[in-house]
Amino acid sequence: MTNPIIHMEGIKKHFGNVIALNGVTFDVFPGECHCLLGDNGAGKSTFIKTMSGVHKPTAGTINFEGKPLSFNSPRDAMEAGIATVFQDLAMIPLMSVTRNFFMGREPTKGRGILKRFDIDAANEICVEKMRDMGINLRAPDQAVGTLSGGERQTVAIARAVHFGAKVLILDEPTSALGVRQTSNVLSTIARVREQGVGVVFISHNVRHAMAVGDRFTVLNRGQTLGTASKGNITPAELQDLMAGGQELATLEGSLGGTV
Amino acid sequence: MLAKANPGIDERIKSEPFMTRLMKRPELGAIGGVILVTIFFMITADSAMFTLSGIMNFMTPAAQLGILGIAAAMLMIGGEFDLSIGSMVAFAGMIFGVFTVNVGLPLIFAIPLTLAFAASIGAVNGMIVIRTGLPSFIVTLASLFILRGASLVGLKLFTDGSTQLRGVRDAVENDFLTPIFSGEAFGFVFRKLADIGVLETFKSGLPKVPGVPVEILWFIAFALVATYILLRTSAGNWIFATGGDSNAAQNSGVPVRRVKISLFMVTAMAAALVAIITVIDAGSTDARRGFMKEFEAIITAVIGGCLLTGGYGSAIGAFFGAIIFGMVTIGLTYTDFDQDWFQVFLGGMLLIAVVFNNAIRKRVTGER
Ligand SMILES: Nc1ncnc2c1ncn2[C@@H]1O[C@H](COP(=O)(O)OP(=O)(O)OP(=O)(O)O)[C@@H](O)[C@H]1O
Ligand SMILES: [Mg+2]
Repeated sequence: MTNPIIHMEGIKKHFGNVIALNGVTFDVFPGECHCLLGDNGAGKSTFIKTMSGVHKPTAGTINFEGKPLSFNSPRDAMEAGIATVFQDLAMIPLMSVTRNFFMGREPTKGRGILKRFDIDAANEICVEKMRDMGINLRAPDQAVGTLSGGERQTVAIARAVHFGAKVLILDEPTSALGVRQTSNVLSTIARVREQGVGVVFISHNVRHAMAVGDRFTVLNRGQTLGTASKGNITPAELQDLMAGGQELATLEGSLGGTV
Repeated sequence: MLAKANPGIDERIKSEPFMTRLMKRPELGAIGGVILVTIFFMITADSAMFTLSGIMNFMTPAAQLGILGIAAAMLMIGGEFDLSIGSMVAFAGMIFGVFTVNVGLPLIFAIPLTLAFAASIGAVNGMIVIRTGLPSFIVTLASLFILRGASLVGLKLFTDGSTQLRGVRDAVENDFLTPIFSGEAFGFVFRKLADIGVLETFKSGLPKVPGVPVEILWFIAFALVATYILLRTSAGNWIFATGGDSNAAQNSGVPVRRVKISLFMVTAMAAALVAIITVIDAGSTDARRGFMKEFEAIITAVIGGCLLTGGYGSAIGAFFGAIIFGMVTIGLTYTDFDQDWFQVFLGGMLLIAVVFNNAIRKRVTGER
């Protein structure tokens, strides 16, 4: 394979006396979907937030396209081509879908003092991208607060896919989605991966992870339990790792294999 | 068999009636208010109130307040308050007086310097709010006292013990920039209209209303520019996002800190502009200038549809809010009512506006 787009080495993150990450190493190659798995509170969201410029790591290095880099803000990361769907979605309920979609990266027309937000183009792109994800917007100027949970999540995903030129990070993007929208998201991941985008996918659903993932890294209590590539690991083994290495087999048996 | 859904159109929406769309606009309340207040004074006030000179009479204080109110509205949409606007008027007035009278600078230097001075104080306010994470309410409450006190001390220092600095009129009288910041504009139009008998004239043949007071033009221009910025530029989108949820905005790539600091600077410069206009007009400045204006500006913004929680509001709303304010203050003098009803009226308006805005917000966000 070629060089990784982003390589994070020994990332530590402390919040006061809480150690959220204790030396995590992770990388993403172009055209790869790297799944980040782990229990609740394992540090997955914290980790991807250091990757997207929200948190500055307490220790550790980030190499972006071979060069050491430190993001001072999410804006820096975005300009580098990293787009993220955060677990809390980062949407403003009082603002319209279009305004949310382009928040921070508005398309403009005109130049100099007449440079202005091109709302018509923005509305058009927004409606089209949402339709690609299987959602027909009633109106692009509808406030995000009036959308259903899954619709809101879809806006966040469509936005990240639209702007994720090099790396697309998805933090549990399918948690509120219906069957059709979920399969849309999974096939979108497959599509952007083919375009050479590196995808980081966080999920608690092994089947979803197995469906699109090329490699799987499992976090547990702020540390990496290991990385496996597709074919070297069975869904059952992955499931056990995700639960913090404990045996789930017995529990699974009693639940009739539905977990 | 299940009916196949049509992918193009959503059958679940009724087309939204024009009135419902209108109901969702933040400025609706203020426009309704202007209509109500106009009807009220049409009935109760002397007919002189709605002659041209009567209108100029209430539009002048409305304009002075409105410049502050529009800035306060933008800041409020961005999620912050500035309680030091009123004191800033006094402080900037003092700075301006010192530049023109004591230093003897021409306006072309004195005005930009005054604005820059005010902007830097605004930036400091903003930086303290961002660095400490404290509510801007508290931080700027401190600035309110600091600037008011500094104006008093400063005035005494520069005038050998007086709290009034005189001589501004003489200092700027012949400056070529004075007509832009003081007096009336479009005098030639008004004289022409008087000549052909459209306008009422004095015996001398001069029109009774010599022109449009410049602050009214500044007020209108500021409302238009602010509305354009809010609704049609990226910066406007950032302001709404920052006020709506600064964390989400920051994570989405909005430069939240830059937005907030810029808004504090704009607010301070609006206060300085009002200071410059009113100081030239009065010919002097004193420490009580702008007293209580911070509250009036915030009330203007709220009547104009701004939510106290940020992320929602309009500059046009604040524009009409200020006009309501001007009409009520001046209008009562045209009626038989005791003028002191003014404050009662104001409190009532504020209460109605807040309740109304809250209902509107629930509508916009789908009653969640
Ligand atoms: N800003 C913060 N301040 C203090 N502690 C934090 C902060 N953010 C995260 N933590 C702590 O760090 C740990 C990891 O949190 P994180 O959100 O990364 O977990 P996660 O793996 O994403 O979990 P989930 O699957 O539930 O989303 C948690 O114990 C959390 O309490
Ligand atoms: Mg998480």
